[in-house]
Amino acid sequence: MLSYVVRRVAYALPIMVGVSLLCFMLVYLAPGDPLVSILPPDASAELQRQLMQLYGFDRPLPEQFVNWLWRAAHGDLGTSIATGRPVASEVLNAVGNTLMLACVATAIGFFFGCLFGFVAGYYRHSALDRAASLLSVVGVSVPHYWLGMVLVIVFSAKLGWLPPTGAGPGGSSSWAPDWAHVRHMVLPAITMSVIPMGIIARTVRALVAETLAQEFVVGLRARGLRDAGIFLHVVRNCAPTALAVMGLQLGYLLGGSILVETVFSWPGTGFLLNSAIFQRDLPLLQGTILVLALFFVVLNLLVDILQGVFDPRIERS
Amino acid sequence: MAYSRASAAVHAPQPAAVERSPGYWSNVWRRLRRDPAAMAAGSLILLLILMAVLAPWITPADPFHASMLRRLRPIGTPGYPLGSDELGRDLLSRLMLGARLSLFMGITPVIAAFVLGSALGVIAGYAGGMANTVIMRTVDVFYAFPSVLLAIALSGTLGAGIFNALVSLTIVFVPQIARVAESVTTQVRRSDYVDAARASGARSWTIVRVHVLSNVLGPIFVYATSLISVSMILASGLSFLGLGVRPPEPEWGLMLNTLRTAIYTQPWVAALPGVMIFVTSISFNLLSDGLRSAMEVKE
Repeated sequence: MLSYVVRRVAYALPIMVGVSLLCFMLVYLAPGDPLVSILPPDASAELQRQLMQLYGFDRPLPEQFVNWLWRAAHGDLGTSIATGRPVASEVLNAVGNTLMLACVATAIGFFFGCLFGFVAGYYRHSALDRAASLLSVVGVSVPHYWLGMVLVIVFSAKLGWLPPTGAGPGGSSSWAPDWAHVRHMVLPAITMSVIPMGIIARTVRALVAETLAQEFVVGLRARGLRDAGIFLHVVRNCAPTALAVMGLQLGYLLGGSILVETVFSWPGTGFLLNSAIFQRDLPLLQGTILVLALFFVVLNLLVDILQGVFDPRIERS
Repeated sequence: MAYSRASAAVHAPQPAAVERSPGYWSNVWRRLRRDPAAMAAGSLILLLILMAVLAPWITPADPFHASMLRRLRPIGTPGYPLGSDELGRDLLSRLMLGARLSLFMGITPVIAAFVLGSALGVIAGYAGGMANTVIMRTVDVFYAFPSVLLAIALSGTLGAGIFNALVSLTIVFVPQIARVAESVTTQVRRSDYVDAARASGARSWTIVRVHVLSNVLGPIFVYATSLISVSMILASGLSFLGLGVRPPEPEWGLMLNTLRTAIYTQPWVAALPGVMIFVTSISFNLLSDGLRSAMEVKE
């Protein structure tokens, strides 16, 4: 077991370095000088040189990368060019809000995905299967930013049941466990849940069908087990894979929430990325992307390790 | 058996004077024809492409003609069958012309990534060793980003514009296709018929051309078609954020963005561009599912 964990971690470490390198290189991908956005248009060459030195842009690239990585590892992601505040604290605040939303959305998606997937897999080729499968195709095909708009139109503009934007009353910038905040979360969470719902439903349908076709199920039936008993066996066989898919989907939602957050003005990382892009605030952009991408790598690693714990067959392969 | 078409040609000598069995592609077509969902989706896609190609000649009104007096008319207004947008332009005409850029932005990155990703994956899978390690570990780094995040990170840094959006989306899809290509190529490389070909003196290039590509391209193609739907949603999403197509060109994602301000005054008009994205994306998904089972590619 330990050797499996060590192997997975050893595999993930170079990827984390590569991900960091890619984030670091983003600044050099950007057209123009990274300082353009803070320099006044009539800046003297002297001022430009001083700022280059201050931000360390005058050092050779590998040295800059190592310095940047070293500081990032110690929680220093630089200073936002637009606000002058440390990037790390801005990102941390936003990540909390995004994580909250993504977790709730994943839970909703997982519940309905499993429900539809089980029904479809159990009653394969029936009308129920076709309906559940159609729902899962809709889930993965719908442009979720548009679904968000439609939900706002129906539940906020037309019916007036739920608030259209924000995380809480009065432009609240962080989440709190009260009724007003829950009401604000309903629409964005449902919007974000459709993708994991569709993908989990597809996975579970295939898993259930595959498990039911195995010989041990015939054996159980022969021994007189009722449907409910067989159901438990199927769940046990499907759970590890379904949970793994759920873990990955949580990661995708964390990184992919920007469009939905923009529709709902949710004060999370998507919102942060949006303002970083349009104010050309490269340190903020870099920091946010680094945190989200590393989060995704770590989540993948955890899912891998947990799968190994639950299913010893994986460890040996 | 998509994987073993070339092997059948090697192992099974065709007896003479026997009626030729139908070819692989005619079998695929026969199976696809019996799949109503895939056929409906395919026809819809053909219609959309036809509409996109003919748009400049068949739009009922000038898609760029603005009118401050006729802004945000509801669906069904005489002269504006689907209403008008926030600048008083005919929405139906803009949706029709918008199909051009929307389809182009959604499909081009997948084609580019299909070419680049297959090349990288086949080289990595066939060469193995050091080349495999270098290519696949680099691919892993890009694959370690959620696709939406990578697309937005790249096009956000490169700046708004059609070309930058296309480049970003291509970079997002290349690693995904390369991974599939590599794993299928590795399987084929270890098969008996490749050993047999090598033993009979075929050169690497011949083996890759005849045996590897003919067996590998099918599964990669099916996988690539399943990416078109994602690509459509992402490409329109970039324009929706203001990162892709820029006004006044009509594109569904961008139209959705500019109409967002109207969701309280003309909600159903504002939602229409999204319906187009949805219909296109679900059609590509259904067609891709149909192709997958018709070509008997396993996931």
